[in-house]
Amino acid sequence: MTAASMPGRPLHALLRATTAVVLLFLVLPIVVVFPLSFSSGELLTLPTPGWSWRWYEDFFTSGKWLLATRNSFIVGIATAFFATLLGTLCALGIYLGRFRGKGLLVGMLSTPMVVPVVVTAVAVYFAFAVVGLNNTLAGLIVAHTVLSVPYVLITVLATLQTFDANLLKAAATLGAPPHVAFRRVVLPLIAPGVATGALFAFATSFDELVVAIFVAGPEQFTLPRQMYAGVREFLSPTIAAAAVLLILCSLVFLALNEWIRTRMNAPAPAIADPAEPN
Amino acid sequence: MDPIVTFEGVRKTYDGATFVVDELNLTLARGEFLTLLGPSGSGKTTTLMMLAGFEDPSAGTITLDGKRLNHVPAHRRGIGMVFQNYALFPHMTVAQNLAFPLEMHGVAKADIGPRVKRALDMVRLPHLRDRRPAQLSGGQQQRVAVARALVYGPKLVLMDEPLGALDKQLRYELQLEIKHLHDELGVTIVYVTHDQSEALTMSDRIAVFHHGRIQQLASPGELYERPCNAFVASFVGENNRFDGTLVDRDGALCRVRLPNGSLIVASHATDLAAGAPVVLSLRPERVSARAQAAHENRFDGELLEVIYQGDHCKLRLRVAGNEDFVAKVPAVESAQWRRGDVLAVSWPAQACMALAEG
Repeated sequence: MTAASMPGRPLHALLRATTAVVLLFLVLPIVVVFPLSFSSGELLTLPTPGWSWRWYEDFFTSGKWLLATRNSFIVGIATAFFATLLGTLCALGIYLGRFRGKGLLVGMLSTPMVVPVVVTAVAVYFAFAVVGLNNTLAGLIVAHTVLSVPYVLITVLATLQTFDANLLKAAATLGAPPHVAFRRVVLPLIAPGVATGALFAFATSFDELVVAIFVAGPEQFTLPRQMYAGVREFLSPTIAAAAVLLILCSLVFLALNEWIRTRMNAPAPAIADPAEPN
Repeated sequence: MDPIVTFEGVRKTYDGATFVVDELNLTLARGEFLTLLGPSGSGKTTTLMMLAGFEDPSAGTITLDGKRLNHVPAHRRGIGMVFQNYALFPHMTVAQNLAFPLEMHGVAKADIGPRVKRALDMVRLPHLRDRRPAQLSGGQQQRVAVARALVYGPKLVLMDEPLGALDKQLRYELQLEIKHLHDELGVTIVYVTHDQSEALTMSDRIAVFHHGRIQQLASPGELYERPCNAFVASFVGENNRFDGTLVDRDGALCRVRLPNGSLIVASHATDLAAGAPVVLSLRPERVSARAQAAHENRFDGELLEVIYQGDHCKLRLRVAGNEDFVAKVPAVESAQWRRGDVLAVSWPAQACMALAEG
């Protein structure tokens, strides 16, 4: 132990304590729903009178919750598909195109990320009223796609920064038309960014509530919308069970994202045969 | 000459005012090794990119085998290309990189393997077929890139400073290797470089670019011995330069007066009138420092510096008011001189060229 680090020790302990408190503050509210979801009682109270799986059973047998789960996955997957398609093409155009005002364009395309969601929701609501897309799954998908495209655009643009545009020229001189060059050269190299973007898009849609409140009718309720309805109408512990399931989904997303990230940053295999001069 | 590529009145401008390439007229012979040589910004790379199909000419016509190339996209031109940064596909193995152009050109699956193997043998890297580009050294990567550009048998291959990222020794090795491949395969190569010694080593003909125009198009020997203007003389090889005024002409020789009053007898190739300002160009190796040499031009030169180069020495002298006058002499000769000595330097009239400013 050097003299210089001695006075740092109490500070170090303080830092650890603060960190622990902050982490608890962040995690405790989430942890609380776990015992609640396994409660045997009818009320959302702690301590629980006993333990049971009944609220999970309720979740998986109730038509409303199953419909909401189905809607959430349909809307989430469709949103991920369309947002990834549009966002990736958009990023590619911005990266390869030769024109002025690229920064402005990226800024404009990112506005759904910055504008308060409720503003977007109101705007979408009135727009959809004109074209008759309110109370349809298609409408919800379109609205969620608008919210998700910026995430795809930004992750793919970031990945493209490491892409060498000369590879496209090389592919062309080797006889590859642009769409083949995209499929065989660009896509494999930016796949991690595209996958991350798709994941973000799905997650954005999966836990989106505000737009769903405006646009979705009871037939289009997603899981967050159904939970919100449950909280307002009858406060049953099924909501806690649904919350636990959503948390588990989020953990899966996190793990997937981490897996993509480590794959993306994986170092190239070491150079074998160092005896060879060139 | 059997022409394969022609440029006719080709110009390129991005802003409508300055021409990056201006009035380019150039005919490539089938099977030749043509180098576009010039400083950066001289238009040589733009010319290459227009031929490859990555830039459109603002005016003029480019033809390949008699067919107009304007507006034919790069992937339908059948022109191979080697890039300075190799541009190998990092997610494919060496063999997959080489198979790519064969697949694109519809070569039968059964033929791809053997052709990839032949191409790898050609660049002496058969043992690296399953490596990824990141596992190869720079020299190996560029050999693979050359093999990939040649494997599908293009008639024309473009090379854009392909050896620029390699160290000197390796660069020289690969220069010879590419030259030998060119001789064996009979393919036409257009090579872009700013390295004049590379151009001299490899080319059948060299086009020297400056300010978007070809200054001179000639064989390496002619370019070095008979540059057409002062720019070419100074860009290709080392060069002593005097500014002066043409006094009179007598056949192939002429007399030039320097600002300090000295007269130099020189040869001239271009049509210059008496009284015209001229630039004299003299190669350092044509200067003799032996007192007994009988040349038309004899001057006293004060020795300012001896620069040892191993096989030879460079003497920096003050000659006729020029303090940067350099003579190249064998290293053994230089031992007798000390700084401050006055040497009798001389050179023949035909070694000294009177040129117009380029």
